[in-house]
Amino acid sequence: MGSTSSTLLKIPNVEVLMQETGFSPAHMIRLHDRFKALDKEGRGHLCPQDFGAIKELAMNPIGDRIIGAFFCPGKETVDFHTFVKILAHFRPVDKNRPKEPNSPEPINSRSNKLRFAFQLYDQDKDGKISRDELLKVLQAMLGMQVTEEQLESIADRTIQEADLDRDDAISFEEFRKVSPEILHSRCFIKV
Amino acid sequence: MESYLFPFDSLICMLLGISFTVWFTLLLVFIIVPAIFGVSFGIRRLYMKSLIKLFEWATLRMERGAKEKNQHLYKPYSNGIIAKEPLSLEQEIQDMRRGGAEPEFDMSDIFYFCRRGVESIVDDEVTKRFTAEELESWNLLTRSNYNFHHISTQLTALWGVGVLIRYGFLLPLRVTLAFTGVGLLVVLTSIVGLFPNGRMKSYLSDKVHLMCYRICVRALTAIITYHDRENKPKNGGICVANHTSPIDVIILASDGCYAMVGQVHGGLIGVIQRAMVKACPHIWFERSEVKDRHLVAKRLSDHVADKSKLPILIFPEGTCINNTSVMMFKKGSFEIGCTVYPVAIKYDPRFGDAFWNSSKFGMVNYLLHMMSSWAIVCSVWYLPPMSRMEGEDAVQFANRVKAAIARKGGLADLLWDGGLKRGKVKEVFKEEQQKLYSKVLVGSSEDCSRS
Repeated sequence: MGSTSSTLLKIPNVEVLMQETGFSPAHMIRLHDRFKALDKEGRGHLCPQDFGAIKELAMNPIGDRIIGAFFCPGKETVDFHTFVKILAHFRPVDKNRPKEPNSPEPINSRSNKLRFAFQLYDQDKDGKISRDELLKVLQAMLGMQVTEEQLESIADRTIQEADLDRDDAISFEEFRKVSPEILHSRCFIKV
Repeated sequence: MESYLFPFDSLICMLLGISFTVWFTLLLVFIIVPAIFGVSFGIRRLYMKSLIKLFEWATLRMERGAKEKNQHLYKPYSNGIIAKEPLSLEQEIQDMRRGGAEPEFDMSDIFYFCRRGVESIVDDEVTKRFTAEELESWNLLTRSNYNFHHISTQLTALWGVGVLIRYGFLLPLRVTLAFTGVGLLVVLTSIVGLFPNGRMKSYLSDKVHLMCYRICVRALTAIITYHDRENKPKNGGICVANHTSPIDVIILASDGCYAMVGQVHGGLIGVIQRAMVKACPHIWFERSEVKDRHLVAKRLSDHVADKSKLPILIFPEGTCINNTSVMMFKKGSFEIGCTVYPVAIKYDPRFGDAFWNSSKFGMVNYLLHMMSSWAIVCSVWYLPPMSRMEGEDAVQFANRVKAAIARKGGLADLLWDGGLKRGKVKEVFKEEQQKLYSKVLVGSSEDCSRS
């Protein structure tokens, strides 16, 4: 367990990562340790089973969707780079960031956080949340506690309220409109 | 030419001789003799108080330095990457909806579960218990703080001096003491073993064990505070305690005499085990016998039934936990049906982390870490004896004892099994989450229908 700077150097491309994600050196080391702890067999990348081993995640009704968010379509592994970039979505919003017109949007902007949540619903990645996809999420979150009819009525009501262009699905823009403003300061807090 | 060297030579020899003598006399007077008689000069407590002041200064300096350089300090728990706020599910969801008491499902409810999920990816309750505790203040050991990089020359210099003192002075001193303690234990218990069984032998064996453990305690610079000594375990009972490191044994055994339970090892530990058993009966199992639960239970019950034998010391968690919580107790020792004397051990992490992460460090590495820390400071609470009540089975009894220990030591009482480094989570837990969430929705829609 040596000093901080030597551990920092062991992480490949750490400078680029810190710039892209906005994590501090201490956070990077913490995440790197966590990555290594999850990667029990020391392969240098994570697979779905490594995430599945986290008890609290297995207990989470949408746990497997969250795990799925880490893996790009078709890929079976997550390297440290991707791991950190996805977690960067959950950094609190930098209120004091100057608005430069040409710089890319930071990963933890409100818009990107909403996009992350949108993708949890939209599993087939067609850019819309269909009624079926909504039902599936409701089933995950409520399980056996409500009847089929109740689930369907909730889904119908939700689509009715959110669907502005009447195509029986919720696009990202519509999703953005119904999400409360308070979202970014409460759910992905703090510091 | 030669006449120049001779007096110089003998001068050096003389100096060396004198310093060795002084060194050993100091050792004897201040450490070994008090250990024999069980008294203390209070040097260690004074040392502890000065260390605390030093650490407070170091932490303040570090925070000031970080502010000057406009860097973010990493602070565990209070400002994590995602701050965990211990609100209940209902509160969180209502907060998200901000006042407008819409009882229906909102698409953004998913954020609550999403955040919880990601929090657990970054840090989860179970894995956290198997890694060393993270500190808010800094105790001049780089191994326990993520923030240490060059913040100020003063701090780095202080850290450097700390390294010199710890490795150059404290470590050799402690290693010497450790060897003395262990050596004396082996030799003296073998001598006591030559006596015929009887009161004299028990008396001598107790004294010898206590003395050697006290020397070992000083070898670690362990500053132990014992509470509620009137509840100390008595013969014919079992003493259970939470387990953080192999040092727990030394800490408990330096204040009372116990019969140890363990597997027979080879090498040095085997030698110590064989010597100890000559002086008084301990319970050592062969590796093959460990699997046979009935045999184990029988040997323990036999030992307990004999009132002349010492109380057994057992750590029911089965593995080392990082001293922030107590995990599930294995029920074996609670089935025997005798009085259980619970003991809570809590280490103060500011001085040195006593937790043994057996997957990360081997025993020798661990001992080196221990002996090069500043000190081991801990508190031991003896709880009043408990027995199994009518209609209570072993598991419930074990949980009751565990809760008592956790409460006394200020540790979190966790449901998780200590062997849960592998093993599946029950579906039941997921259902509970779903139940809670549905209550938020369905519960409020009932109010709706009433109005």
